[in-house]
Amino acid sequence: MTILIRKGHIIDPSQGIDGIGEILIEDGKIIEIILEAKRGKGQRAKGKERDSELRTVDASGLYVLPGLVDMHTHLREPGYEYKETIKSGTGAAVRGGFTTVCAMPNTNPVNDNSSVTEFIIRKAVQEGSCAVYPIGAITKLQKGEELAEIGIMCDEGCVAFSDDGRPVMNSELMKKALEYSKIFNVPIISHCEDRDLSEGGVMNSGLLSITLGLRGIPPEAEEVMVARDIALAGLTRGRLHIAHVSTEGSVRLIRLAKEAGIAVTAETCPHYFSITEAAVKGYNTNAKVNPPLRTEKDVEAIKDGLKDGIIDAIATDHAPHHRDDKLQEFDKAPFGISGIETALSLSLKLVHNGILSLSRLVEKMTLNPSTILRIDKGTLKVGADADIVIIDMKRQFRVEPDKFVSKGKNTPFEGRVLKGMPVLTICKGRVFDIA
Amino acid sequence: MTAECTFKSKDLLGIKELSKDEIALILDTASGFRDVLRRDIKKVPALRGKTAVNLFFEPSTRTRTSFELAEKRLSLDVLNLSVTTSSVVKGETLMDTALNVQALGADFMVIRHPSSGVPHLLSGNIKASVINAGDGTNEHPTQALLDAFTIMEKKGRIEGLRVAIVGDILHSRVAKSNIYLLTKFGAEVRLIGPPTLVPKRLEQLGVKTFYDMETGLKDADVIMMLRIQMERQDRGFFPSTLEYSRYWGLNMERLSLADKEAIVMHPGPMNRGLEIASDVADGPRSVILEQVTNGIAVRMAVMYLLGGVRG
Repeated sequence: MTILIRKGHIIDPSQGIDGIGEILIEDGKIIEIILEAKRGKGQRAKGKERDSELRTVDASGLYVLPGLVDMHTHLREPGYEYKETIKSGTGAAVRGGFTTVCAMPNTNPVNDNSSVTEFIIRKAVQEGSCAVYPIGAITKLQKGEELAEIGIMCDEGCVAFSDDGRPVMNSELMKKALEYSKIFNVPIISHCEDRDLSEGGVMNSGLLSITLGLRGIPPEAEEVMVARDIALAGLTRGRLHIAHVSTEGSVRLIRLAKEAGIAVTAETCPHYFSITEAAVKGYNTNAKVNPPLRTEKDVEAIKDGLKDGIIDAIATDHAPHHRDDKLQEFDKAPFGISGIETALSLSLKLVHNGILSLSRLVEKMTLNPSTILRIDKGTLKVGADADIVIIDMKRQFRVEPDKFVSKGKNTPFEGRVLKGMPVLTICKGRVFDIA
Repeated sequence: MTAECTFKSKDLLGIKELSKDEIALILDTASGFRDVLRRDIKKVPALRGKTAVNLFFEPSTRTRTSFELAEKRLSLDVLNLSVTTSSVVKGETLMDTALNVQALGADFMVIRHPSSGVPHLLSGNIKASVINAGDGTNEHPTQALLDAFTIMEKKGRIEGLRVAIVGDILHSRVAKSNIYLLTKFGAEVRLIGPPTLVPKRLEQLGVKTFYDMETGLKDADVIMMLRIQMERQDRGFFPSTLEYSRYWGLNMERLSLADKEAIVMHPGPMNRGLEIASDVADGPRSVILEQVTNGIAVRMAVMYLLGGVRG
């Protein structure tokens, strides 16, 4: 099938494109891109006349972007299919404008060996709506004791390694991981949390945690490990990527590391620049997330970090949970926000508020994560997979978790009115009408 | 006391959630019930035909028996459910337990739970009146109410009094509820204890913090001692109970630093010889046993008023 997207405002940071134009897609690939400013009068995309199965998409008044790339997704399969499956999770991704997701390894069994990697890839091909790249565990069973078979998992298709949710506390082992992974040219993604400092904590520590009677996780629990991992990256010259940055101090440390020329990249998530710990009030378990929601000054620092390029990417840390899991004692409820269907809209607020240009935002949600992971995604270059999202910057909607495609309805943004949303997502030429 | 003041909520979740008028109404109502408790026949038919379930997920003697007696004095039918005998040990979720209790016909659910916020969770999901009998390290509202009642009885006022609260403030729901109540009524609240248990940031609540008894107790009108929570000792907030006792234990010598008319309170159970010396606990300034008696009147008042909300 041939698809022609017309009259849309195309933004593709990978080629420096920012203007009205046409994109022609054939057999799941981008075969032509013509900008209005450059084309001769009357020139149209050449495939147009020759294919009877042509679908024309009128994108006038809309933006046409490379499909979003989420480098931090929990798809829960295998093992926790009642929370999410590869099918429902990728369906949710597409609804959120994502065409590529990276599946975190904390499944059951853990993705710490090539059979699980192979299972995820096969399942994604069979049932998935978008591209899925698995992230393998750094250590066997994510126990932080011995290295998993990083090389074999790379061969099978893992694009990065992380013990997400269960940080590698042993500094010597983390050093080995950064050292050993170099030969495969894959990043080690660090969930930075000193588990002694965070022990038993369920929210940010501060006056609010004391008055709610909840055990706190201090910002320093994250920052101590950010500092450690930066030191180890400097020592080993390995590739370090810091996951879900949530504090002012972490931004400061990463800034210093980058200035010192250490190979470190970083991501944050929409909830860390959209809301604060105040969302926990009333013991709202949907606002229980790890790292925890912080304070106003952290939110501002994260925005500054995004603006200054200290934080390279925006990831979702999509962590769907079943209603029963969240309808529990705050202490017992699991951490996590189902975020993949609100991530783009929440991030567009940065554009509406003048913190990032749309092009810079798109870079952080497409090109940068693809570059960090060295995958051929996040671009509209001729020959690339036809992964595209068309968004309406002006359209407003109310967040209604019951309408999520994800099985996880756990969001602290319920009822919020957001501006800007995807209206059509194309994954390798497959068209999904969203709204 | 405004006669028009009524309860807004069907539940008693914490002192934080109450207005000054609501607290005054409870204390005023408790005063009436205190008189009832002095009579020969101590029972009133106020809530006859209604059912109260005491749902205790944590060991408790004082609070549970106090609630039970308050309920019986109000002619409620009473059911006691404790965690060791319930199906919680079989893996039932908290919500299912609560819904089952509701299905049994409970009008009042008195809950104690080791996790903060459990009464709030139940409040939004069940129809019965939820009364917080202590949740995690959040609040213990009826304790603060009975403490306030006792202070009023002894001092005639709360405003302007110097109230020292000594011990593990960080983990004490009793201290938290008292801080909210006492600051609402204009008392000067001083928190005393080791830095690991008395976070400086609590001063944002309008209280003063002290690390030494000698300055903190000076001219105090009320001294509230908190129990050293042995169950928290494994986390090492102070090196030993001996060391704690040396710096933060209340003895006669330290008591003499307070106002001559100062009263000594303790929510119980006491660790004699650790946070409080026996001669202080049993001495003329101690109102510890009166607190216990007043607890019944205050809890009767709370249930009576919530019963009014439910109609």
